[in-house]
Amino acid sequence: MKIQQAESQARPVRRVSHRRGRSRYLFKKWAPAYLLMLPGLIYFFINNYIPMTGIVVAFKKYKVSTGIYGSPWNGLKNFEYLFATNDAFTITRNTLCYNLAFILVNMALGVLFAIFITEIKNKYAKKVYQSAVLFPFLISIIIVSYIVFGFLSVDNGMINKSILSPLGLEGVAWYTEKKYWPFILVFVNSWKEVGYSCLIYIAGITGIDDAFYEAAKIDGAGKLRQIWSITLPCLLPTIITIVLLNVGRVFYSNFGLFYQVPMNSGSLFDVTNTIDTYVYRSLMKIGNIGMASAAGFYQSIVGFFLVLFSNTVVRRISPDNALF
Amino acid sequence: MLQTKGEKVFQIAAHVVMIVETICVILPFLLLIMSSFTDENELVAHGYSFWPNKFSIEAYKYLIKKGTSIFRAYGLTVAATVIGTTLHLLMGSMMAFSLALKKLPGRKFFSFYVFFTMLFSGGLVPTYLTYTNAFHIKNTFLALVVPYLMLSAIHVLLMRSFFVSSIPDAIYEAAEIDGAGLLTTYTKIVLPLGKPILVTIGLFAGLDYWNDWLNGLYFMSDQKMYGIQTLLYRILEDIRTLASSAMGSAAATSIKIPSVSIRMAIAFVAIIPIIMIYPFLQKYFQEGIALGAVKG
Repeated sequence: MKIQQAESQARPVRRVSHRRGRSRYLFKKWAPAYLLMLPGLIYFFINNYIPMTGIVVAFKKYKVSTGIYGSPWNGLKNFEYLFATNDAFTITRNTLCYNLAFILVNMALGVLFAIFITEIKNKYAKKVYQSAVLFPFLISIIIVSYIVFGFLSVDNGMINKSILSPLGLEGVAWYTEKKYWPFILVFVNSWKEVGYSCLIYIAGITGIDDAFYEAAKIDGAGKLRQIWSITLPCLLPTIITIVLLNVGRVFYSNFGLFYQVPMNSGSLFDVTNTIDTYVYRSLMKIGNIGMASAAGFYQSIVGFFLVLFSNTVVRRISPDNALF
Repeated sequence: MLQTKGEKVFQIAAHVVMIVETICVILPFLLLIMSSFTDENELVAHGYSFWPNKFSIEAYKYLIKKGTSIFRAYGLTVAATVIGTTLHLLMGSMMAFSLALKKLPGRKFFSFYVFFTMLFSGGLVPTYLTYTNAFHIKNTFLALVVPYLMLSAIHVLLMRSFFVSSIPDAIYEAAEIDGAGLLTTYTKIVLPLGKPILVTIGLFAGLDYWNDWLNGLYFMSDQKMYGIQTLLYRILEDIRTLASSAMGSAAATSIKIPSVSIRMAIAFVAIIPIIMIYPFLQKYFQEGIALGAVKG
């Protein structure tokens, strides 16, 4: 590693020439900085870099006894198995489509709520709304799954017992009927996540120069006109940035949302299985490490290029928000 | 200035939409809280509701009397959150401080080393295999603290840019002239001046630890080592297993399944800390966004 290099370069020798004296001084000066960095460097090495090299497991026939690096190579077999199933298509479609739906809905609602919250004049109401919007974002997805279960439980869920049954309608077996789940998942996701994007948009709107609005008022522009011609155009770079950053992550999904909110229900897999839930189930439930690692590899590689792509575009539009 | 008619209509529309949204947020939590205070027979007969016919605090009495496994899980989560957040802040700020030193040899390389972890990830399989086979953290307390959560590249970079932009170079230079070493500069200058970012990052990290259930799911097979969120997950998972095994054979499940009101009481207890510090959280979330946590 680089530190060792720096250390060896700086290792003091008996006869100190001018140059060496300087490097000794430099070493003494910077050594504490490297030392302070060391725990973090080691952590990233263990938590990120070792697993990165471990990604080769996708090309191996994994055996517990020999570990990742000792297991025999297997060529593209794992991928052949993976892409021979329907699962590969289903999980790609679900991951992409849900993420696109989430991006669109969260953007639309986030901008709408942000505009309303900033325009509302009653300070107290403003605060209440803003607090309400953010709160679900801070709650764990497990708690969310409890709440969803409270509404959808077949036997004593709120919807079956207190809404459908008094209306004389038959209860719905929510956890086995897949046609409802695309809507439920989009709803639950935006219920939980919209607060965050809303806060970002509020910060964006607050940053718009008041002079624009003053000028618009003098010109006789109404509220809607001001929003259409000032707020939205000024907010557009923020919107595009957020959308693009999310596009960079469309190959990753919120595991808890797709696994635990639908209660890991087998009859719903067709509409709830994403790459992340597939990898988890293959690894932990089925024990098929080959399939799991192939799907994981697919996710890592495509995900990597998507991040690079989205960032390149973000850098063009708003360099401050680019990751690099 | 007089409000025009259009403006009035706009204000009303805005209030209506936001009130609907607020209700949409509050009702589910009301359902959660109310069902924990509902009489169990009432729950079986009429299901979950926003306002039960018969209140009861039996669930909480039961938790206090017999909830040892729940207290244990709660305690583990508290311990993991406190220890993990402390380490997260300590390691993160030390690293960020060094990366903020403009003349540090190799600064670019180390920044990239941190940054690259945000671009590329090995994914679950190699991470799981590394931690379980090479480091043997299965069923140890370390599994609740170390994987995924103990440090985050984005937090390190946020702290670094705060240290660079909010602490003037003159301060660093003055410290150097006064003969303060880097360690002194870190403890005496950067930590005190960096308090706003440290609080913000600390809250983010604490929240991640508190809400984490995946480390328990991945790395714990012993239920005694579950944190509160993983325990809650497990209870619901057992209910599903019970419902899907045709005759509902209790043998298929491992935890004695608590009644609905007790379950909801556990869930409520698990969000109480978040409710308590919410005003604080909200304030720092807004500041975090202003600092550029957008990327998070």
